[in-house]
Amino acid sequence: MPLDLVKLYRKMYHSRYFEQAVAALWQQGKISGEMHLSMGEEAICAGINDHLRDGDALALDHRGTAPLLMRGVEPLSLMKELLGKSDGLCGGQGGHMHLFEPDFLAASSGIVGATGPAAAGFALAARYLRRGKIAVSYFGEGAINQGMLMESCNLAAAWQLPVLFVCKDNQWSITTRSETVTGGKIIDRVRAFGMSGDEIDGSSVAEVWETAGKVIDKIRRQNVPAFIQAHCVHLEGHFLGDPLIQLGRRPFKKIQELGGPLVKSILHLQGANIKNRTNAIHGIGSAMLDHIRADSLKKKDPVRILREKLAIPGQEIENIERAIEQEIDTLVIQATATET
Amino acid sequence: MRQKTFAQAIEDALAFAMAKDPRIIIIGEDVQMIRVNLTARFGTDRVLAAPISEAAFVSAAIHAAMAGMRPIVEVMIVDFIAVAMDSILNHAAKIRAFSGGRWNAPIVIRTACGGGYGDGGQHMQSLWGWLAHIPGISVVVPSNPEDAAGLMFSAIEDENPVIYLEHKLLADYWLEFMGKGGRNTVEFNVPAAGALGKVSVSPVNIPLGKARICKEGADLTMVSLGVGVHRALEAAGELAHEKIDCEVIDLRTVQPLDQDTICASVSKTGRLLVIDEDYLRFGLTGEIAAVCLENNLQFKYQRIATETTIPYSHERELQVLPNSERICRAACKMLGIPPKV
Repeated sequence: MPLDLVKLYRKMYHSRYFEQAVAALWQQGKISGEMHLSMGEEAICAGINDHLRDGDALALDHRGTAPLLMRGVEPLSLMKELLGKSDGLCGGQGGHMHLFEPDFLAASSGIVGATGPAAAGFALAARYLRRGKIAVSYFGEGAINQGMLMESCNLAAAWQLPVLFVCKDNQWSITTRSETVTGGKIIDRVRAFGMSGDEIDGSSVAEVWETAGKVIDKIRRQNVPAFIQAHCVHLEGHFLGDPLIQLGRRPFKKIQELGGPLVKSILHLQGANIKNRTNAIHGIGSAMLDHIRADSLKKKDPVRILREKLAIPGQEIENIERAIEQEIDTLVIQATATET
Repeated sequence: MRQKTFAQAIEDALAFAMAKDPRIIIIGEDVQMIRVNLTARFGTDRVLAAPISEAAFVSAAIHAAMAGMRPIVEVMIVDFIAVAMDSILNHAAKIRAFSGGRWNAPIVIRTACGGGYGDGGQHMQSLWGWLAHIPGISVVVPSNPEDAAGLMFSAIEDENPVIYLEHKLLADYWLEFMGKGGRNTVEFNVPAAGALGKVSVSPVNIPLGKARICKEGADLTMVSLGVGVHRALEAAGELAHEKIDCEVIDLRTVQPLDQDTICASVSKTGRLLVIDEDYLRFGLTGEIAAVCLENNLQFKYQRIATETTIPYSHERELQVLPNSERICRAACKMLGIPPKV
């Protein structure tokens, strides 16, 4: 199968525009609770999912929208689920962190790291029932320190299970810089289980697609697990309304809100010594500064990067985009119109 | 007394205790940002950012407590406590018994709980009955700022493991973090008296295992905790229009359970209605009935609790969680009068 960037762009733009619609509905208060989007992860999902076949399984984390769309789940039923409608994908019972589609063996979890054992189990079943099929486990780099994920890497290696572990690495565990709570290098750690580990640029769909193609082919033929660490960004932060993203977009307002109590705490007579306090403030401040300079995120936007690389006329790209926008605009009207 | 939010009352209690006792450290995911003021004041040596490794850092905190520290370990939301359950069920809860009373783990496990903001069944559970089922653990569920502070002081001073649950509808920053996210297009049924209230300026301990009678009454005893207390008070207000005089008890702690206060009230009213946001079966609602029966009380009984996995759909979620309509209907049923709603 040759690399078809236009096809991948369609998928990525479709997911992006779908999630922009989700974000708007969430802002309008029509979608409740938290909302973790895949914006910034599209190249990873598109590049990997393009190699999946009937009978392959997906273990999804709290960002299940993009991988499900790209796997072929009915967009209208997915949108209805996010809106909590009783005719949604899961009857409005699951919601965006708990999306299930048995036809694609796709199961989600909001528990960090839980996709490791899930994929190992799907792969185990494949060994008995669906030879040559694989299971993909999606998770963020924050999950790499979760015991159950590490145990699953070992299980898959020891039992020779056809699992592809996909680490979507944006360097942040909500507001904590992941490297500050992680020992060693992720890729060294997983290679120590005896599986292959590839570290790639997750904002380049071509790179993801090429690597995933080779790795998945090996998993299918040899019944072994493998690991891909793909670097990416989260354009909307950890979730919509992410406090650090809000800070980045409206720094003065947020700092004003934080300011009073924070200054009082820093200056309180009882507490740590000056050195410790200065270190603490430095840590907090640098996390904030990183997000105030959030423009750097846009430079790693996989949809934008691919758009600039497409070797077709601009008008053609726009036609593709308009068609997708029309489809989703109509879908939003349909999804929000029903009373159920 | 000073007006404080529920969240501020807890934070001030922690700051007071941390200034007094250098053995107190805070451990948890994202705590340096979530507890930014404590981090700025006490430094990153006292507020430790943990990796997403609940099984490891909760167990490590328990054993640091055994070795002389007084950790307050935060598990973001109680649903995630399942990942660390072995360290609680098989270790923290049993150290005192196993060591013949020679060793203990003075740890506070602080975690957010409860629903009402449309986040789905894996992020909005209560689980206090499930946790209190294990001998050797205290379980605290404050319903207002004053209790939140007073119970935190007692939890910190307790020589044994205490799980401290703060409801997300009461703690404003949790609701902002997980429910609002900077939006003003969403509304939640936040009990005003639970989210904001007067708190004593000097630290006042509220002992674990001492319930509070929020409202006296003669016809019916309502027992609840957390947000349920406010739903019960709301229902009691409506029932007063029907000339039904309800007594409302706030348990404050599930374990130890204040059996005396419950039994005294039920023996007076002869009617017991338990309102529990946790799951219905094999939990607190049944336990309170059992306690009253063991005390040879004769009474009529109804219960309102969460019977299923909490639906994501916000509308349906509000039907599944205890609400004042359901409470009123159950009360009317016990009194044999037709329900108004």
